[in-house]
Amino acid sequence: MDSSKSKIGVFILGWGAALVIFFPILWMLLTGFKTEVEAISTPPKLFFTPTLENYYAVFERADYMSFAINSIVISVVATALAILIAVPAAYAMAFFPTKRTRGTLLWMLSTKMMPPVGVLVPMYLLFRDFGILDTRTGLIIIYTLMNLPIVIWMLYTFFKEVPGEILEAGRMDGARARQEVTELLLPLALPGIASTALLSIILCWNEAFWSLNLSAHNAAPLTAFIASFSSPEGLFWAKLSAASTLAIAPILVFGWMSQRQLVRGLTFGAVK
Amino acid sequence: MSASIATGAVKSAPTVRRSGQKVRTLPFVAPAVLILLVWMIVPLAMTLYFSAMRYNLLNPVVEFAGIGNYQYLLEDPSLWTSMWNTLVLVGSVLVITVVAGTLLAVLFDQDFPGRGVARLFAIAPFFVMPTVSALIWKNLLMHPINGIFGWFSRLFGFQPVDWFAEYPMTAVIMIVSWQWIPFALLILLTAIQSLDNEQKEAARMDGAGPISMFFFIILPHLGRAISVVVMIETIFLLTVFAEIFVTTSGGPGLATTNLAFLIYVRALLEYDVGGASAGGVIAIILANIVAFFVVRTVARNLEA
Repeated sequence: MDSSKSKIGVFILGWGAALVIFFPILWMLLTGFKTEVEAISTPPKLFFTPTLENYYAVFERADYMSFAINSIVISVVATALAILIAVPAAYAMAFFPTKRTRGTLLWMLSTKMMPPVGVLVPMYLLFRDFGILDTRTGLIIIYTLMNLPIVIWMLYTFFKEVPGEILEAGRMDGARARQEVTELLLPLALPGIASTALLSIILCWNEAFWSLNLSAHNAAPLTAFIASFSSPEGLFWAKLSAASTLAIAPILVFGWMSQRQLVRGLTFGAVK
Repeated sequence: MSASIATGAVKSAPTVRRSGQKVRTLPFVAPAVLILLVWMIVPLAMTLYFSAMRYNLLNPVVEFAGIGNYQYLLEDPSLWTSMWNTLVLVGSVLVITVVAGTLLAVLFDQDFPGRGVARLFAIAPFFVMPTVSALIWKNLLMHPINGIFGWFSRLFGFQPVDWFAEYPMTAVIMIVSWQWIPFALLILLTAIQSLDNEQKEAARMDGAGPISMFFFIILPHLGRAISVVVMIETIFLLTVFAEIFVTTSGGPGLATTNLAFLIYVRALLEYDVGGASAGGVIAIILANIVAFFVVRTVARNLEA
């Protein structure tokens, strides 16, 4: 085959595949700028005068902002907590490995294998008894625990890449462990910590099992808000599209930024 | 990166630091371990305990049921239907995502103008929250009257398909596959790109065409990555929930009720704590069979 011809073939195939996969998101994006009538018109309207009325309508719903704020607060706080708990553990295991380190890491991974439905009943009852059903605190606790193993694993792999000699030089100078971590390790590993945090935020933001089951209105994040569009009387496609676009846009950008690290985090380093 | 190199690194890892200073690591690791231990044991123990109790939230009397809940559940045809549905869903999505992911990974490994941007488009669905993808597919795409798919089939003179009434499971499989193809693509592309260029070059010098190249060089190299994709996806796919929750609610009938949805119905709609817990135990056993292989694969690659 002629090589320039095959180049064109690859170009068409590659972009064709990408656009087919991306189409539902693109269509949602377009529909968000249509009127409700245009949104359900057949044949579908490709050319239309874009309108922002859906976005105004979504923002005017007094509760939209509260869902968005719930999503932000829950994701950010749960991520911060997970990193706070994980940094010391990852530090110790990366720089002072013992015979048990390998086993501990694998055991942590195995806790991630528990299917959420398997423990839905006790979590629901515990939440009810502690009075944290439908509270941000409740979801923050669950999400912190849910992501802790992945966060520890990712930090562990990033810390392993920091040359131990630098930390040791600091130790000679009499730096205490706490200073060693905060003043030497954290600045060096900052890019790794940032991508770990991004991955954790993505996972919290998109989590839709616990949020649908353990929150109703007060603490419900955007995943639950979007689900409320599923009722037949709530079928406003243009508004659904606008709300969806707002809900996924920031996380899509985060995801694009952290795609490389994502592979590592989600496969626990088994694929490099 | 072969397994033997990894184990070699484990053995030669320095255990004593040159500074000779002993550092007590327990206080650093203990909080994380304790928290995870509680998180694992308490709910698990409670699930096991409730699964042996006759306990309905509407009925204050709680009594010991022994294996009664399991017996009841195992005799209930809806358990077997939902197990079968779980199997069909997991199996179909695995086949679709691995095949499509492999082909796409080979495609995106080629150089073409705008490849980086095209790749970003192709992995985008993975970052869309499940409730959004399910609703967009259900309405904007699959709606028989106003959806794009319906318009397409009318364009070519076919009757539009009412996906969620006629082929509900196929519809759910399509949505979930769309969400997971990017994951397979990401992992497999990473694996392909770690393939030695010299090896590819040598094969090409020996006159290997693109097809034999794929089957004899690329596919064998992808073996491990594919097994990782299969295992990780299985863990998540066993408990697909939101997609079913917002599209079909498990129906029509039990057509799209998987194990996760059945447990949800038992626990939060029928308040049957005992029965739902017994279902939970079954789900945990299923997941652990898979988890065993995941942990083993990761362990082989772990450099301590």
